[in-house]
Amino acid sequence: MESPFRSEEAAFRFLLITIGAFALIVIASAISTAFGFLTFLALSAAAVAVYLRQRGPAPEPTHIEPLAGSDERRVLVVANETVGGQELLSAISTLAISQKTTFRVVCPALNSRLKTFTSDEDPAREAAQARLDATLARLASVGIEAQGEVGDGDPLVALDDAVRTFGPNEIVISTHPPGRSNWLERGVVDSVRARYDVPVTHVVVDLGDVAERESEAYLPAADET
Amino acid sequence: MTAHAEPLHGQHDDHHGPPPANQSSRVDARVLGMLLFIGSEIMLFGSFFAAYFFIRVVNPSSSTITPDAWQFWPPCKEPPVGGQCTAGQFEFPVFVAGVNTCILVTSSFTVHWALQSIKKGQRAGFLAGMVLTFLMGLAFLLTQVIEYLNVGFNTSDGAFASVFFGLTGLHGAHVAVGLSLLLMVIIRGFRGHYSPEHHHGVELPGIYWHFVDVMWIVVYTTVYLL
Repeated sequence: MESPFRSEEAAFRFLLITIGAFALIVIASAISTAFGFLTFLALSAAAVAVYLRQRGPAPEPTHIEPLAGSDERRVLVVANETVGGQELLSAISTLAISQKTTFRVVCPALNSRLKTFTSDEDPAREAAQARLDATLARLASVGIEAQGEVGDGDPLVALDDAVRTFGPNEIVISTHPPGRSNWLERGVVDSVRARYDVPVTHVVVDLGDVAERESEAYLPAADET
Repeated sequence: MTAHAEPLHGQHDDHHGPPPANQSSRVDARVLGMLLFIGSEIMLFGSFFAAYFFIRVVNPSSSTITPDAWQFWPPCKEPPVGGQCTAGQFEFPVFVAGVNTCILVTSSFTVHWALQSIKKGQRAGFLAGMVLTFLMGLAFLLTQVIEYLNVGFNTSDGAFASVFFGLTGLHGAHVAVGLSLLLMVIIRGFRGHYSPEHHHGVELPGIYWHFVDVMWIVVYTTVYLL
């Protein structure tokens, strides 16, 4: 939703629309009170619908200033329930093999809206921390050193926070497959691609297959390269 | 609107002082502040409108004259006799308020013109637009004071009169605040401030002024016309 008062021009346009709308209401009320009230309701509903559907101009991609030197790659990994998935670990391992790479894993503390509004975040953060700890331990077991943190419940906000402190030159986002992923439905991956000027890799993790494939998977260690 | 990820250390040795604040939101803080302010204003006006509609529609027995006086709106000056307002009804100065409305709406056009002018670097247009806006706002306020003095009823004439003065007075107070903001912009403008690149100090009072106009359209239509 775009605020009608986001800028002076938008506010001026909103004023003109208000004048027109209330002129219609006055004319309708002169015909009959009920007609005027119905006009008011119809215009109010239309205004709400228009403003809810409005999308502002797409912002310019944010330039990320890498903190690393030219010989080092810094990869920011954003994942939550899929953070321990085989596909994600394979993707991280592939990146670790090809170049000296520093990883930071961010687990957004996913929470229900009601719990977010009531600030009941502790269980969500604890669950995210547990997943993060397990993943970092698993990465360490194959020789990949990574930092990690629990982020905001909104993946885009968590990513924004991590970008500012980590300065990555590549972002990896892990999600469930299409159709089961809330993040994909909300367009998180597309938003991240539009928002930053660094490569964004999308890794799909099918947790339904993880258990059966886990025993067969070969996860190359960074120090084997 | 874009954000910029600054390195934490080691990249800009010439930087002194604390690092820039971590701002997750992609809304500019000043614009966000104005939006929050306008949100609170909408709630404030909403409470006054709730009182107005309660008195007019829901609770007609709140008349200080007689309960059946409220079958008329505006109410009768004296208790109705035989279902008739023998002494006539109170009257809103619809025509004067209508002229005042035109003045205020025109002032929105001039503040818009002023902002467009400073964006193009036309200082004369900017200053003329701001001065005209201020004068029209002042004319609106003075006319409202004169209207209060001649309206023919006072706050003691029942809830109807209280809510009339409450709503229009609340709006008048906002016009007064807007005039203060415009005066600051005018003073700064004559001192050479603002440019095509830096005119945020004009934009925010402009947003506020349009908001005040929008609220007046709602007040005028609801109280005077309907």
